[in-house]
Amino acid sequence: MKHNLILRVVSKFLIPLIILFALYVQFHGDFGPGGGFQAGVIFSAAIILYGLVFGLDKAKRVITPYVLRLLASLGVLIYAGTGAATILLGGNFLQYGVLASSQLAGQHLGILVIELGVGMTVMSVMLIIFFTFAERGQAVLNSKIESERE
Amino acid sequence: MIENHLSLLLVVLPLLAAPIVAVLPNGRLPWAVSTLVSWSVFYLAAWQLMNVNTGNVISYELGGWAPPWGIEYRIDAANALVALIVSGIAALTLPYALKSVIKEIPQQQHALFYAAFMLCLTGLLGIAQTGDIFNLFVFLEISSLSSYALISLGKKRQALTAAYQYLIMGTIGATFFIIGVGLLYAMTGTLNMADLAQRLPELYEHRTIHTAFAFIMVGFALKLALFPLHVWLPNAYTYAPTVVTIFLAATATKVAVYVMLRMVFTVFSFTFIESTPADELFLLLCVMGILGMSFYAIYQKDSKRLLAYSSVAQIGYMMLGIGLGSVLGATATLVHLFNHALMKGALFMAIGALVYRVGSSRLEHFSGLGKQMPWTFAAIVIGGLSLIGVPGTAGFISKWYLVLAAIEQQNWLIVGVILIGSLLAVIYVWKIVEVLYFKATGEMEQHNTAVKEAPLMMLIPMWVLVLANVYFGFNTELTVGTAQQAVQLLIPGVNK
Repeated sequence: MKHNLILRVVSKFLIPLIILFALYVQFHGDFGPGGGFQAGVIFSAAIILYGLVFGLDKAKRVITPYVLRLLASLGVLIYAGTGAATILLGGNFLQYGVLASSQLAGQHLGILVIELGVGMTVMSVMLIIFFTFAERGQAVLNSKIESERE
Repeated sequence: MIENHLSLLLVVLPLLAAPIVAVLPNGRLPWAVSTLVSWSVFYLAAWQLMNVNTGNVISYELGGWAPPWGIEYRIDAANALVALIVSGIAALTLPYALKSVIKEIPQQQHALFYAAFMLCLTGLLGIAQTGDIFNLFVFLEISSLSSYALISLGKKRQALTAAYQYLIMGTIGATFFIIGVGLLYAMTGTLNMADLAQRLPELYEHRTIHTAFAFIMVGFALKLALFPLHVWLPNAYTYAPTVVTIFLAATATKVAVYVMLRMVFTVFSFTFIESTPADELFLLLCVMGILGMSFYAIYQKDSKRLLAYSSVAQIGYMMLGIGLGSVLGATATLVHLFNHALMKGALFMAIGALVYRVGSSRLEHFSGLGKQMPWTFAAIVIGGLSLIGVPGTAGFISKWYLVLAAIEQQNWLIVGVILIGSLLAVIYVWKIVEVLYFKATGEMEQHNTAVKEAPLMMLIPMWVLVLANVYFGFNTELTVGTAQQAVQLLIPGVNK
């Protein structure tokens, strides 16, 4: 890791931009191309890049696996919870119109909230998958190094 | 308020429970929440069945979008019956699960196990409830993905291969189904089942519709393990954790059979099926499946695998009703779908109790256990009698209707096959009974004499199902009555 100076500097420069772009895609998904799924993937790409360049352990310190599990569940809860909220407000499941005073504002709010849920879940699940595979790879690598030493 | 949203809450309740259960600390809490949810869902399903049993149809518009543009949940007696059996089996399996899961699955995976179980329940109920063919695909994927994960949690390493095999086969099945749906959408521009049923007749001559039909049928034949597309099933049932085997054996294939009924009789009509070779093909495959798989079951050395092969044979019986293509046939399919869930649920629960005590599902390790575990043994005997179709059990009712449907069409070959299949069932059920009761405890199983009866938490759900087998053998109002009601709605134009 010591020698990849350019990689490290460039990544440090790129990661905030990737995250910013993810947030842009997340919050412009209602009127433009994009939405929670794409934003979640882009966001997780930023963390995965960090993990690839600076190591798995450091990436895990940024977002711990436990937080990821919480976020993944919370995203699903936000989505289904929005549906439950519309029922409580007197509409059908996921009938966003009842969320705000006017039909249009309600639809707008509804899609933004559920896309937030989608974004959170997709981001966390992507990272969980990456961490799971990377951990396994690292375990294999470590055992190889040890056997070579012996 | 609940009454208006009944059909939806049935699906959303377990969906909401899954993420909550996933983050709960491992211990008894995830189990308690899941059990509570499954019982509430069962209550809702019973309520729903009472609402539609008078012959009316409930329609629920998701998001307030009117069908056929929006997704519609369309509940008639057929859906309600399937939802009832799925939620009922879940409500009985979960109390049973507590001890079995502690023994078979590592502690740190308990919360995730119950979360996956809730997702599987969501998917299966969703398939039963929805009236939208694409929504059905989504729920199919939810239930399939969670069941791959559940199967892979099995104790032995083969569980991983079994889950992987099921993953490949299941994905091919789902892909075929979605290709068929895509072709239908291209031709009709609609995804709503009721709407499809109205638009399809004028396109029956079209080759694309025939292709779509073929894709959908093969896709679901894979999911419901119709012979010869069953190869994933024995491994999956054998190596999955006991609780998962019970739940999947009693619900997953049944839901797939229901979809087949819905596709064949509602979306496409039987007049269409008769213009294709599908009905003869179904009959042929079912006959081969019933005879071949029953023979296979006889030679199995593992109790779970024996019952798994028997399941494939029983699926043959269910599909026979569809292949016969009559009102009686469809009624028999629905009745057998319900009854088979009861008998396989009871039998797998009993085998699960033996596995819990002995730690193996191989028949040779069970020798002499009948005396140590009399209640479990009695459950296997009664469940087995029901599987054979002895009068006084639920199995007899479904076989009776199947035979009636076959006689109605003067199809004596099918009548013969049903009877021979039952005789073969006598042999493989006897194999389990013989090992349990009549075989002396061998040297290897000396410790079997010290084995105690299964814990009460396992015996009660098991016996509820066993007694249900007997009850529905005498009182057929719920099963046959609802099935007849359902068939009238399934097959538009039939009013007998």
